[in-house]
Amino acid sequence: MGNVVISTPGMPLPSEKLFRKQTLVERLRKGDEAIHLLTMAGGWSIILITGLLVHHLWEYSRIARHQFGWHFLITSTWDPVNGLFGAWPFVYGTVVTSLLALILAIPIGLGAAIFLAELAPRSVSNALTFLIELLAAVPSVVYGLIGIFLLIPVLTAIMPAFQKFFGWLPIFSGTFYGVSYFSAAVILAIMVVPFIVSISREVLLAVPIAQREAMMALGATKWEVTWRTVVPYARQGIMGSVFLALARALGETMAVTMVIGNVAQVSTSLMAPGYTIAAVIANEFTEATGDLYLHALIELGLVLFAVTMIINALARLLMLSVRTDEVAL
Amino acid sequence: MSAAVVAYPPLRRRVVNVAMLTLSGLCTLLVVGVLLTILLYLLWNGAHSLTLHFFTQLPAPVGEPGGGVRNAIIGTLKLLSLATLIGVPIGLLGGIYLSEFAGGWSGFAVRYTTDLLNGVPSVVMGIFVYTLVVLPMHHFSTLAGGIALGIMMIPIALRSTEDFLRAVPRSLREGGLALGASKSETIFTIVIPAAIYGILTGILLDIARVAGETAPLLFTAFGNQYDSPGWLQPTASLPVVIYNYAISPYDSWHQQAWAAGFVLLSGLLAVSVVARLILARGKKLSHG
Repeated sequence: MGNVVISTPGMPLPSEKLFRKQTLVERLRKGDEAIHLLTMAGGWSIILITGLLVHHLWEYSRIARHQFGWHFLITSTWDPVNGLFGAWPFVYGTVVTSLLALILAIPIGLGAAIFLAELAPRSVSNALTFLIELLAAVPSVVYGLIGIFLLIPVLTAIMPAFQKFFGWLPIFSGTFYGVSYFSAAVILAIMVVPFIVSISREVLLAVPIAQREAMMALGATKWEVTWRTVVPYARQGIMGSVFLALARALGETMAVTMVIGNVAQVSTSLMAPGYTIAAVIANEFTEATGDLYLHALIELGLVLFAVTMIINALARLLMLSVRTDEVAL
Repeated sequence: MSAAVVAYPPLRRRVVNVAMLTLSGLCTLLVVGVLLTILLYLLWNGAHSLTLHFFTQLPAPVGEPGGGVRNAIIGTLKLLSLATLIGVPIGLLGGIYLSEFAGGWSGFAVRYTTDLLNGVPSVVMGIFVYTLVVLPMHHFSTLAGGIALGIMMIPIALRSTEDFLRAVPRSLREGGLALGASKSETIFTIVIPAAIYGILTGILLDIARVAGETAPLLFTAFGNQYDSPGWLQPTASLPVVIYNYAISPYDSWHQQAWAAGFVLLSGLLAVSVVARLILARGKKLSHG
């Protein structure tokens, strides 16, 4: 009875008033649409910034791109005085140091992740992972400092003994002066190991317990369960962590430039000094005289950008299936 | 009845098992050991080189003892303030957009571009801001350095804001709407306050992350031997000072580099720990 609505002609029904679609002005007045537009502007400004970044890299490398074309990447002469720019020594150095860093970091990082996910008690595992992740926050210039004053003296001390046995191999031949591809790769490996450990551990922990139980029921040992069931199941996520580590290693600047020696040459021996793309940009950018020189350096930046974007995209693709909590980093 | 229903695996498999598991333990030991060595070595050297003058004086000329990096400490604080002013508002707005408004292709585009921007090598970001700010202005400046760091802050600020807002239960939003609040009122009075500890944590970790960036500052803020008044002069900063002093041939400068590394890292780790404490406090409040 009390719910009966008495309406007089000309007065809108309550339902009509409640459910009529609001006009834009009304919504704006209430603030919803204004907030929507404001936050949208925030979101879209990121697209604008990224678009500008790509445009500027492309536009400000114009002269070098036109002058050298694809030969820029495969010629080895870097002679600013005579206006000759070939990036091969830097490309080579970047690829060699990054791959070597991965070769050093993957087994150790994966081993540690296996221990932390499968063997260690959860409290120990969490504490160690917290420590490892905290150290991922150490700035690269501090790693460079450690590289110069701790790593290089240590390597210089142990290298002669090492070369006595392996010096006949072309990659270990020659005199070791400290600054080298090898030193750069070691410092890079130390820098990317935390990424591999923390992501791989999470991926391993996400493997369903039933997978382990089934393998155990077949009489497998702990290691067989881990290596033949858990790791293959988590393969995609682990690959993703490796690609993320690779992208980071390729773009790493400060630590590498402080220990690689900064010599634009191509050497088979890992004991020789070299150069990387990021390092040459950091070292020569503010000294670049003339537009061609500047554009050549920016083209190097463009190359680095393109390569890291592709590798990051691959990593994202691989990790789509795995939801990792990146906020903690 | 056979007695050997439960049989041990053959010896070879048991040996492999123990060997490989031990090896994985050694890997962990190696990783943690190397990282601890680095930390302790830095703390040891840094604490040794640290003096009061380090905080209060300008750099001394080569050969003269003493001197400090007052200008670099102030420079880093100015750069970080500017970066926060640029990066955090955009990150917050974008995060609110992705979590509360965006759907379909627009949300996908913003999210994807953010991840893209997050992966840009820091040295490339330096080049970008050089062409964007330094070239038109014809000189290096605190402003340019702050913009470079600010852009680098956006992706993490945005994604952490989005994640923490998303973690707010749907029922809270519905409660707000059911009480007659508009969507924006619900967002600002219910959703954001519920996620505020997480958002703050994300921002602090973000600041800590860019505080150590060196490469983008080399061609934007550049460096300065003296104090840098205002925002349009080149300025010194701790990371760049560490770099320049570390690669110099002078022992006294190496000492300063260690001290600067110590101060920078202590600051970063302190901020990281405070951030995690804030998050833990937020969790405690919301659970009981």
